[in-house]
Amino acid sequence: MTALIELRDVYFTYEGEKNPALKGINLEIKEGEFVLLTGPSGCGKSTLCRLLNGLIPHFYGGDLKGEVIVDGLDVRSTPTYEMAKHVGMVFQNPENQLFNSSVEREIAFGLESLGFPPDEMERRVEEVLRAFNLVELRDTPPYMLSGGQQQKVAIASIIALRPKIIVLDEPTANLDPLSAEEILELLSVLCKDQNITIILVEHRLEIALKYASRLIIMKNGEKIADGTPRDVLLTKEAEIVGIPPVVEVYKTIRRRYRITGVTPLTPHDLANLIESLARGEGNGL
Amino acid sequence: MDYEDAIVVKNLYFSYNEKLVLKNINLQIKKGEIVTIMGENGAGKTTLIKHFNGLLKPKKGKVIVLGMDTSQTPVSQLARHVGMVFQNPDYQLFAETVEEEIATALRNFGFPEEKVKARVEWALKVFELDKYRKRSPYLLSIGERKRLSIASVISYDPPIVVLDEPTAGQDFLQKEKIAELLFLLKQMKKTIVMVTHDVEFAIKRSDRIVLMADGEIIAQGPTFEIMSSIELLERARLKPPQIIETAYILKRKKILPSEISIFTPKDLVEAIARNVDA
Repeated sequence: MTALIELRDVYFTYEGEKNPALKGINLEIKEGEFVLLTGPSGCGKSTLCRLLNGLIPHFYGGDLKGEVIVDGLDVRSTPTYEMAKHVGMVFQNPENQLFNSSVEREIAFGLESLGFPPDEMERRVEEVLRAFNLVELRDTPPYMLSGGQQQKVAIASIIALRPKIIVLDEPTANLDPLSAEEILELLSVLCKDQNITIILVEHRLEIALKYASRLIIMKNGEKIADGTPRDVLLTKEAEIVGIPPVVEVYKTIRRRYRITGVTPLTPHDLANLIESLARGEGNGL
Repeated sequence: MDYEDAIVVKNLYFSYNEKLVLKNINLQIKKGEIVTIMGENGAGKTTLIKHFNGLLKPKKGKVIVLGMDTSQTPVSQLARHVGMVFQNPDYQLFAETVEEEIATALRNFGFPEEKVKARVEWALKVFELDKYRKRSPYLLSIGERKRLSIASVISYDPPIVVLDEPTAGQDFLQKEKIAELLFLLKQMKKTIVMVTHDVEFAIKRSDRIVLMADGEIIAQGPTFEIMSSIELLERARLKPPQIIETAYILKRKKILPSEISIFTPKDLVEAIARNVDA
């Protein structure tokens, strides 16, 4: 299967800056992957996101080298309104993204500006209102909603465009843990049921890891680790992004108990592993 | 009034328009304590802490800060004693450059110019903002703006520091830095009140936890006591910290004895070593 997103030797330097924000990035992402992208502030995560929907180079000026192909399109020669049909973007603060007078208008807005005919528009709006459980809130102005609901509306309005890829830059940073979990669950369902490719930027690995099929760590504009979360978390590189407590425990006990199975990512995983050790069933998982 | 207390809240009620958002809040925060207020969005946490520097005044009840009744003390006077770091840094950043931002707060409180200079340098260094000193705050990332808003409050040295979601949007290393800073402030005998959703951060850094739901305090107590109660955390719509949850499952399955307390990864590793044969 060919890659949905393909980056070859990508370098990018913002206008007026000396140091490149991205250095020699090579990356292939396949359809249906759930990629968790993390790394210290200033590592280039947000720059990479902007590249995937063409905000770079069309909106942010600078020097772009290398090849960026997203869903078969070269981002350099594709206008951003065209990219928007393929790559949806969700930001940290939904307030910056929502400006219509009702939830329904908000969801219709993107479709309208991309020139969809009225009946198709109506059909899609109804569909996402139902799928996202927003029917009762359809007439509510977005500013009256809670942060979690606003973020849901932001994602719904992007899903209405049926992009193959959704890029989310810290979408849950301002949400309480259960609202954050609800948003991540929702993304996970979109990924599994509709094969939508998710690229999620997030610092709090402990809440996001269990949904991801792949973990990429960046530092100083470079990709320093890339693989399944269970493998990447055991590497030295992962230490700069903070190992979740269950993985920390696992790393300490695995040698003593000669465990060779997969790394636990949640308290349930870890408890199961310890239970099977206690019952003398080897490494269990 | 006991002078050991930094903040005393007595039978506090507050409403926006007709809606009651704080109901009979009673709370005592001792000098030098780190107290963390937790609960879901809309539980009333931010409304409560806005009473600590007099931004909001009680509709009923009393808030006493370092012996001052907030309903009779001007905000300008309270502000010198209670440094407030808001959740959204954009509400408190307004200067042209990063260094000016920090200097402005100091000048407002009448610090002499040489002291202003020294404090600005200190804050820029501690918060790793010196390379951005001439930049506009608006060109910084959200995480950096948050650090700047903390820096400008800490630099004028208020005895009480209130932080609303200090770790939101911060990466692991910056979170560790904020944690170190809290530790430093505690050494300096400051009183710290934090609002956060981040259970993993709160469990390591708080002396005491206050849980809120629907405008009420539903529980308060030592960190371990509150964090060990899965039922209380659920009522406040919080997820238990990973180690506590793992230990809870293992105790329920009788793999670990229920009487040992397990709080940190180290505690859990030791409990496993004692109870599970290699």
